[in-house]
Amino acid sequence: MKRVVILGGGTGGTLCANRLRRLHPADQVQITVVDQDDVHVYQPGLLFVPFGLASVDEITRPRHRQLHGGIAFLRVAVDRVDVERRRVHLADATTLDYDVLVVATGAVLAPEETEGLTGPGWRERVHTFYTPEGAAALSTALRWFDHGRIVVNVVDLPIKCPVAPLEFCFLADWYFTEQGVRDQIELVYVTPLDGAFTKPVAARALAGLLDEKHIELVTEFNTGSVDGAGGRLVSYDDRVELFDLAVVVPLHSGASYVGRSPGLGDDLGFVAVDEHTLQSTVDEHVFAIGDAAGVPTSKAGSVTHFEGEVLVENVRRFLAGGPLDASYDGHANCFIETGFHKALLIDFNYDTEPLPGHFPAPAGLPLLRESRLNHLGKLMFQWVYWHSLLPGRDIPGVTSAMPERGKHKVTVP
Amino acid sequence: MPSATYAGTTVAVDDEGFFEDPNAWTEAMAPEIARQAGIEELTEQHWRVIKFMRTEYAEKGTGPTVRVLGKTSGVSVKELYQLFPKGPAKTAALIAGIPKPRGCI
Repeated sequence: MKRVVILGGGTGGTLCANRLRRLHPADQVQITVVDQDDVHVYQPGLLFVPFGLASVDEITRPRHRQLHGGIAFLRVAVDRVDVERRRVHLADATTLDYDVLVVATGAVLAPEETEGLTGPGWRERVHTFYTPEGAAALSTALRWFDHGRIVVNVVDLPIKCPVAPLEFCFLADWYFTEQGVRDQIELVYVTPLDGAFTKPVAARALAGLLDEKHIELVTEFNTGSVDGAGGRLVSYDDRVELFDLAVVVPLHSGASYVGRSPGLGDDLGFVAVDEHTLQSTVDEHVFAIGDAAGVPTSKAGSVTHFEGEVLVENVRRFLAGGPLDASYDGHANCFIETGFHKALLIDFNYDTEPLPGHFPAPAGLPLLRESRLNHLGKLMFQWVYWHSLLPGRDIPGVTSAMPERGKHKVTVP
Repeated sequence: MPSATYAGTTVAVDDEGFFEDPNAWTEAMAPEIARQAGIEELTEQHWRVIKFMRTEYAEKGTGPTVRVLGKTSGVSVKELYQLFPKGPAKTAALIAGIPKPRGCI
């Protein structure tokens, strides 16, 4: 009997467990999923909560209910992993030995790492929508907000879903227009990057949209401290952005037990893996998926989904003693809500930046261009997530490898 | 391909001035690169960061980000910005003769 231990019952852990269970008979491979709680949040839904478009209840389900029969679920925190002995130490002082360990515990927020962020004004005029509680508190704050300056700030990368703060800006523009107070409100997007996005073609398109919607773009701003009482964001080089309401995406780290597990993670607690096989660069028995993995692509659900196919195949090959399949290409595919019932779609990988064109699926969704169809795609995706992605079914027309077809090769001059 | 001459030696650099080959770098070149980047004199603390950048690059194949520098170099992020006001990770990589840190996506 081989033992596969999966740490984390979120997107990556759940879809891997379900795919592995289907692939391996229960009398040959034992699968155990460990998570500290039983609350599975559909994280893309958090964006909609501040605007009253979704409630936290609607985007939350029990973790154990998403796991197929024959998968053990342990509700307990992880204390540390002993990589050398291939043993997981749990917070209740019990241990789990493994032949394969899959680290799928995602990223955690570290607001306390930014001076003043959780100080006076936190959850009053300084908010985040990256947690269910934060998104709900922000929803209340926005309902009463009818004039002033809103600053949306990313402290530093990596963050989950790097387009989400931009989507927040676009939806805020729509929301306040609907409320009839848009002309009383200044919207400002403050980023540490030198543009609206990391990649040039998409950065140009997104900066154009910000401009069209009269959202100010402030670049290369490295937030050093947040003064909630004074309504000031101060950068390390002493620039100041004033706000009446701040929406901040805090720093992200890997799960805290990674730092307590010698050899498992990097300086930020993410697990260093080969970017094509997803196997740890330190120990061959360890794999990582999703936000927990230190690979140079976005931390996003689509990435986790595409990684899952490769990872499950590689766990099978590893258990069989064969060579791994180095086929994960960094594929990411993200809808970007732009307000007024429209959205963009971007599709990219390690080598190809997001480009305009069409996604070559039956519906032929336009890339890097606003459309109602993309908005419907985004809304429909929650159903696909619970009923197709988590159970580990393939989504028709959407493959792990990025499609080259349909993309227009353009560059920024 | 662009090139630059430091301490009497011509080296290949990219469009932003980052070294194409970190092995072409010598300590004698650092003060000149620093002056071009607006840093008149390299103090002991500057050198501590520059050497740390090179060690990290040799081990990991990419220079660290500001946040990782602050956590691991023994120099706080605040002080890093005082030493390299135009952005510690980028400027220190430039002076240390390693490629531009990949950062994140």
